[in-house]
Amino acid sequence: MTRLETPSQTVGPFFALALPWAAGAEVVPPGTPGAVRIRGRVLDGAGEPVADALVETWQAGPDGRFDQAGFGGFAQCATGADGGWEILTLKPGPLPAPGGGVEAPHLDVSVLARGLLVRLVTRIYFPDEAGANAADPVLSALDDPAARATLVAVAEGGDLRFDIHLQGDDETVFFEL
Amino acid sequence: MLEDHRRSRGVHPPALFAAYASTRLRAPLRPAVPLPPGLTETTGPRPAAERVLAAAADLTRDGAGEPLGERIVVAGRVVDEDERPVAGTVVEIWQANAAGRYSHPDDRHRAPLDPNFRGVGRCLTGADGGYRFVTIRPGAYPWRNHANAWRPAHIHFSLLGRAFAERLVTQMYFPGDPLLDHDPIAASIPDPAARRRLVATWSPELTEPEWALGYRWDIVLRGGVSTPLHAAEGPG
Ligand SMILES: [Fe+3]
Repeated sequence: MTRLETPSQTVGPFFALALPWAAGAEVVPPGTPGAVRIRGRVLDGAGEPVADALVETWQAGPDGRFDQAGFGGFAQCATGADGGWEILTLKPGPLPAPGGGVEAPHLDVSVLARGLLVRLVTRIYFPDEAGANAADPVLSALDDPAARATLVAVAEGGDLRFDIHLQGDDETVFFEL
Repeated sequence: MLEDHRRSRGVHPPALFAAYASTRLRAPLRPAVPLPPGLTETTGPRPAAERVLAAAADLTRDGAGEPLGERIVVAGRVVDEDERPVAGTVVEIWQANAAGRYSHPDDRHRAPLDPNFRGVGRCLTGADGGYRFVTIRPGAYPWRNHANAWRPAHIHFSLLGRAFAERLVTQMYFPGDPLLDHDPIAASIPDPAARRRLVATWSPELTEPEWALGYRWDIVLRGGVSTPLHAAEGPG
């Protein structure tokens, strides 16, 4: 190492000037076969909506490959007044895990907001993958079933729901990279 | 490499920093769980075509006339910790105008908007990781964190980097700003030397005669976490 890393600072309340882009929340266009809508809310430690957050997701395609033609894999969505965000994407395929084994289908998530000095990192897993989730090395490293549950989206009327609790009893599991 | 993945501890602020009031209800209180970087973390989005097309590295050309304030050049290199250039990555910036006002509807600071300044810029790094913006020196502005609180002049920066693990959002400050030592957001960085890395340097080389002061600011993304996409894509 010859250079030292630049520290992180909060994205602040006015990122919408520059980020995100229109249609940035759609990894695939509406009507794409197999498209799944993932929606949720970002909530603070008092259970109040976080209306000035930016949620970003990054994922493999259905074939387990990254950034293939027609599937970029990246989405950004700013939250609304109710803390809500949503993206439209395809379910990713499983991936080889760094320490051996197989990672269940998942999206990596960054949460940026005023009051977050460093982005928060979490993962979205899929509720219809119980077997793969049970074998996933990241999920199975979490001892507490309630903690694991914060990382699995909930099926809701054909969509998936993934609420992000920044703080409190239902606090989402966040990762350190 | 896996032993390295938390080597940057101490560089970044903690989640909870009570002097910055907005962290109190937003910072997770449980310890973050170490995540050994896998394929999802060591790959990342390529610059989207529309972002590249909309490249706008001169923030003084948004209106019919020139924005008010002190014209400046802000330039530097985006590199990783091994000093390898991060080429072809998008650098996005946003900032207040010379009066300390953002062109954002939620900014209620009683300072004038400038019809010739939006305060949004974007460019792609060159082969050497270099970037360069022409803009206006932003003004300080008040915020409600504590009594008579003022943010030091700053420019917001966002970089996707080469991999999800490299994503960086930060702020660049100006040398000699007396507000810097009183700013809870800057002070949240525990190591004073790391804090100083957010302060640009006035540069005679970047300063253009009869036209603009120049400031140099290099951005160092964490290294050792990016997998070239072709390697992550498997056979074929
Ligand atoms: Fe700001």
